[in-house]
Amino acid sequence: MEQKTSAPADKSAPAPSGVGTTGHSWDGIEELNNPLPRWWLWSFYACIVWAVGYWFLYPAIPLVSSYTKGLLGWQSRTQIEVDMAELKAMRSGMTTKIEATDLADIEKNPELLSFARAQGSAAFAVNCAPCHGAGAQGFKGYPNLNDDDWIWGGKAEDILTTIKHGVRWEQDSNSRSGVMPAFGRDGLLNRKEIATVADYVMSLSGLAVDKGADLAAGKTLFAANCAACHGDAGKGNQEMGAPNLSDKVWLYGSDKAAIIERITIGGGGVMPAWSNRLDTATMKSLAVYVHTLGGGK
Amino acid sequence: MSVPTSTTFDPHSDEPDLPLYEARKQIYPQSVSGTYRRIKWIILAVTLGIYYILPFIRWDRGPNAPNQAVLIDMPHRRAYFFFIEIWPQEVYYLTGLLILAAMALFLMNALAGRIWCGYLCPQTVWTDLFMAVERLIEGDRRERMQRDAGPFTVEVFALKLLKHTFWLLIAWWTGGAWVLYFDDAPTLVVQLLTFQGSATAYISIFVLTFTTYTFAGLMREQICLYACPWPRIQAALTDEHALNVTYRYDRGEQRMSVKKAAALRAAGEPVGDCIDCQQCVAVCPTGVDIRNGPSLGCIQCGLCIDACDDVMTKIGRPTRLIAYDTDVNIKRRQSGLANIFKPIRSRTILYAFVIAAVGGLMAYQLVTRAPSTITVIHDRNPIYVKLSDGRIRNAYTVRIANMLNDPRTYVFSVAGLEHAQVDIIGAEHAAQGELFITVGPDQTRELRVLVTHELDDRRGAPVALYFEIRDELDGRLAVGKDFFRTPNTVH
Ligand code: SF4
Ligand code: SF4
Repeated sequence: MEQKTSAPADKSAPAPSGVGTTGHSWDGIEELNNPLPRWWLWSFYACIVWAVGYWFLYPAIPLVSSYTKGLLGWQSRTQIEVDMAELKAMRSGMTTKIEATDLADIEKNPELLSFARAQGSAAFAVNCAPCHGAGAQGFKGYPNLNDDDWIWGGKAEDILTTIKHGVRWEQDSNSRSGVMPAFGRDGLLNRKEIATVADYVMSLSGLAVDKGADLAAGKTLFAANCAACHGDAGKGNQEMGAPNLSDKVWLYGSDKAAIIERITIGGGGVMPAWSNRLDTATMKSLAVYVHTLGGGK
Repeated sequence: MSVPTSTTFDPHSDEPDLPLYEARKQIYPQSVSGTYRRIKWIILAVTLGIYYILPFIRWDRGPNAPNQAVLIDMPHRRAYFFFIEIWPQEVYYLTGLLILAAMALFLMNALAGRIWCGYLCPQTVWTDLFMAVERLIEGDRRERMQRDAGPFTVEVFALKLLKHTFWLLIAWWTGGAWVLYFDDAPTLVVQLLTFQGSATAYISIFVLTFTTYTFAGLMREQICLYACPWPRIQAALTDEHALNVTYRYDRGEQRMSVKKAAALRAAGEPVGDCIDCQQCVAVCPTGVDIRNGPSLGCIQCGLCIDACDDVMTKIGRPTRLIAYDTDVNIKRRQSGLANIFKPIRSRTILYAFVIAAVGGLMAYQLVTRAPSTITVIHDRNPIYVKLSDGRIRNAYTVRIANMLNDPRTYVFSVAGLEHAQVDIIGAEHAAQGELFITVGPDQTRELRVLVTHELDDRRGAPVALYFEIRDELDGRLAVGKDFFRTPNTVH
């Protein structure tokens, strides 16, 4: 390889820039001598000292089963606790007001309403969204909270009760209960009877039914088996969590197969009780938030 | 393959390498007087005057707003500048200002190089102030050099102590003035002096005191040489027609003593005007010898022009041996051509145009700025809700901003969809079929608006909705647009 072929270093000879070169030359390319200022070097050392200070003051070096804790005893865990306490203190004024005010009155006071909605929406995103969806739009089997069809009641107070005690939540004795029997699985109705009653249920909300469906027989079966909970006209009963079957909102779908499935296996969804996990102000805010999504009664 | 004639860089060579770091050369700028020095004093007085006094200027905005002319109110997210009040969503004004600042800098540069550096840069202005204090206490260049070379006596110590005390006082006052832009100045001054200011205020003052003292007192030209990006950018932006502080070597060379020059001149020989007295170097705040040509170190303050003019006057030669000039002109004069100055070139036109366009746009925005605004955001999830009776509901988050300093009530309406049912969660009251919303002074209010309509079975495009607020007092209208969507709408 041909390289390093220039004349002996003349470190003082000014290059065209007026700056001398270092004398280094690679393939004829020379390096100008522009040394860094010494204070720059000192600030670099200062940074090193600063960094070493960190080692001693803060958690730094991993050990076999632990780590160096640092002289300040700082921990991100304690830090977040402090921050959370600060946040709580900052909000305490509003929190006390929310606790002391009726749900209906919260909604009448613009300041409380906007605070409750903001806090409710944040709590919803963390606790409720996994089942009900980010916008409370619901999924199959998980109710949409934006509409005006409520299984356990759509007044703010009803919503709060549901949040506090959950639905069919065994650990909470006050939980919403009421289970639909598994008419098919337990042999209460045979397949034909189930199909007949399903036709009738569809007719209640004006859905198209199969030609030749025996609605009269369906009506008789419905009166004998379903009306106790869902009512004679299928309007439902919120005390027992029996949905209204005569409206346009369907939790598990409105096609015949879905309805047959529900009659066959019965049951119902489960929602945890939140009173052990959330404080009163948060649950009230959640109730206000859900109630003011649009469908609240 | 040819045999290398010699090697240049051998890592194993015993020859000592050049040092990687360079000790700072202490600069003792000499005092000078003249045109440019006078301009610099005036600019210094005006800019520092504005900086220190501005927070105390009052501006009446009515009872619900602060009366400080220039104020950045962080807790309330407002910025005030005399008659202008900026809300957080209007920070694009800041973008506009930054564009204007950059373009003004570029334009200055295209016209006359680093005049920003030489006259207006805070680094230069404060350094100038600190140098003036230094000169007042420690004397001029020669005196300071002699003292620094001599023994460190009690007297020297006393003088230095006095100097640093004054520097620190100025630095402290500089930091103190800064925080006054962020709170009511007279109140804050009292709070600070009675130790009741916030920790943030004291920390800001401390940091700014420290940086002012270090940058203007201790670092000075080092900031320009090593820390500031502008000299690098400037060098890449400039062209041959920008005026620069230039040593007119066509006139200056050959340098020689006054006596020798007189003799040669009498004999009709070519003679340079530079007498090599080094005055231009002595006054230079960055230690540059401008006679070596343009350099990164030169901040183009023009002080060497003043110094040299003095010398030229004394020896009876024409002034402006050093002047704002271009290399192009030197070359032209050398070949017997007339000077050319081209302040109007494509780049200056471009910069001026951008300045005019951005400035004009900002002014237009400001003049036509609506005092009340409405913004509408459609619920993203769900996009529509089917109600138990089969109707479709869309929900919107509507934010109404009242930028005026008194409370306003608005009549709210939604147009675009006939027979639609409109509900507002949190509306004050409805009367005669109209919805009224009151928003406090200088506040915003968020509402949840529900629009419900029969499901139209035909497939169609989303229907445009117009959310209107009419100010009850002056009838001013603000409109926000969004859409009504159903399972049957496309898109
Ligand atoms: S060379 Fe002249 S113009 Fe440049 S910084 Fe020095 S004194 Fe100022
Ligand atoms: S001040 Fe003027 S005459 Fe003196 S050395 Fe500088 S350029 Fe030459």
